[in-house]
Amino acid sequence: MKNRQISGVMNSRKVFALPYVAWIAIFTVAPLILILLYAFTDTGSGGVMVLTAENLARAFSPLYMTVFWRSVLMALIATVVCLLLGYPVAYMLSRMKPNRAAILSILFILPMWMNFLLRTYAWRALLDNAGIINQGLMALGFEPVQFLYTEGAIIFGLVYNFLPFMILPIYSVFQKMDTSCIQAAQDLGANKWQTFWRVTLPLSKGGIVSGVTMVFMPAMTTFVITRLLGGSHFMMYGDLIEMEFLLMSEWNFGSALAVVMLILTILFMWLMRKYDKEGEGGALL
Amino acid sequence: MKLFFKRFYLAVILVFMYLPIGALIIFSFNESKSMAKWTGFSFHWYEQLFQDPSIAEAVWVTVSIAVIASLTATFIGTLAAIGMDNFRKKSKNVMVNLTYIPMVNAEIVTGISLLLLFIFFNIPRGYWTMLLAHITFDIPFVIFSVLPKLRQMDPGTYEAALDMGAKPAYAVRKVILPQIAPGIVTGFLLAFTMSFDDFMISFFTSQGATQNLSTYIYSMARVGINPMINALSAIMFVVVITLLLVINLRSVKKTKKPPQAESFR
Repeated sequence: MKNRQISGVMNSRKVFALPYVAWIAIFTVAPLILILLYAFTDTGSGGVMVLTAENLARAFSPLYMTVFWRSVLMALIATVVCLLLGYPVAYMLSRMKPNRAAILSILFILPMWMNFLLRTYAWRALLDNAGIINQGLMALGFEPVQFLYTEGAIIFGLVYNFLPFMILPIYSVFQKMDTSCIQAAQDLGANKWQTFWRVTLPLSKGGIVSGVTMVFMPAMTTFVITRLLGGSHFMMYGDLIEMEFLLMSEWNFGSALAVVMLILTILFMWLMRKYDKEGEGGALL
Repeated sequence: MKLFFKRFYLAVILVFMYLPIGALIIFSFNESKSMAKWTGFSFHWYEQLFQDPSIAEAVWVTVSIAVIASLTATFIGTLAAIGMDNFRKKSKNVMVNLTYIPMVNAEIVTGISLLLLFIFFNIPRGYWTMLLAHITFDIPFVIFSVLPKLRQMDPGTYEAALDMGAKPAYAVRKVILPQIAPGIVTGFLLAFTMSFDDFMISFFTSQGATQNLSTYIYSMARVGINPMINALSAIMFVVVITLLLVINLRSVKKTKKPPQAESFR
């Protein structure tokens, strides 16, 4: 009986997934278990692991929660700005002739092929006190503006870097959208706003959710953009994790901070699954 | 008027996207190191670029890892998708959810989780750990590109091949693979791009022992980026544009259909 089961598996196509099952066990599941393990333990004297909730308690202490909430706020602002800027772009692209839309959508993807560190670094040069933008302002008779090393500069950098990740999923939802619903709404006498709020927007919810996910989490956990544009004055959650891990080698506490991010991620995953009922990852690709 | 407003809006967003890229390319021809003052035209940085061993090394690491990782991920991921497609609903769901993890998880968390794995098993960080990490985050892109193609496929064709006496491996090669080929190509391209551009996960899993372009640039950014890097990125950007143009022109000729940005979605 058992033999037949094994040969059944071996003969079916299921067997092709075995290498991946092994891979996922080692490189996805095991590392996550390790994060939990480190977060809930501490190396006591003599190198013995001790079970403790101290790391997590510290991660949820007011000092670190301040950084958490500030990061949430900054990432939230960046996400909302991306949505407000990107949604109309996605909509306009979907309404164009296919040929032109294809070209334009490539134009929106193309910048991603230039290393994001370099693009962000270029903004730093442009926004510098002696940079081209301030030179232009002074030539026009304005006072130079201190752009860099402010919270605004960080949000600007976040929006710049993650805008395409908002546009693309919304655009792909618009492309698949059944436009007859929109026409039907118009035929039945809905005005423009009603059509938008009650038909178009709800139909594009899936794209918005995946766009928000793809912008919010990376924005929350970046440390490059904060460091390049914010100097060392501001700290996002990513900076905190990076510092604890690489600078302080505090793997236990660093893992506890990562657990906080994991909780957020699970929240988002649950949201995405709600809107991606086919279970094919369509919302992401 | 409305049309004008729409075009104006798109133009403003595009300028916003391309301004730093334009600045980078223009100032890669600047005589001095400055990105603020134009001092004169020069190929100086381009000449230096080709003589710099550390940049050559970083380019080699980036390209070789992107190629090996995306090919390996395409192989494992395609097989995995074919296998998963035949799982029972429950186990398929579990696998899809697990596959989601590296995509939805914050990159920094993926990075440190892999770093912890390598620390825990005492594996020295460097080229190989970076490669393993890249394969890991590449595979989901392949799987999610291939799975929809498998669903569109008529399952009867595979069974027919088996009934005619084909062995499963042969039937997969001759019947399934040709039908899901577009998904495989899309997945490979996505994986390659992700790997080529990655900073966060490379940063944590190599810990400075090996540098790809991104981590190399990051280590330079603190002291000031050498315009050689600008020159390099200008070259790469032009190469990408040329490749895209060639691919799109070819697909227009082949299908006579408008080219879709499908491979990037």
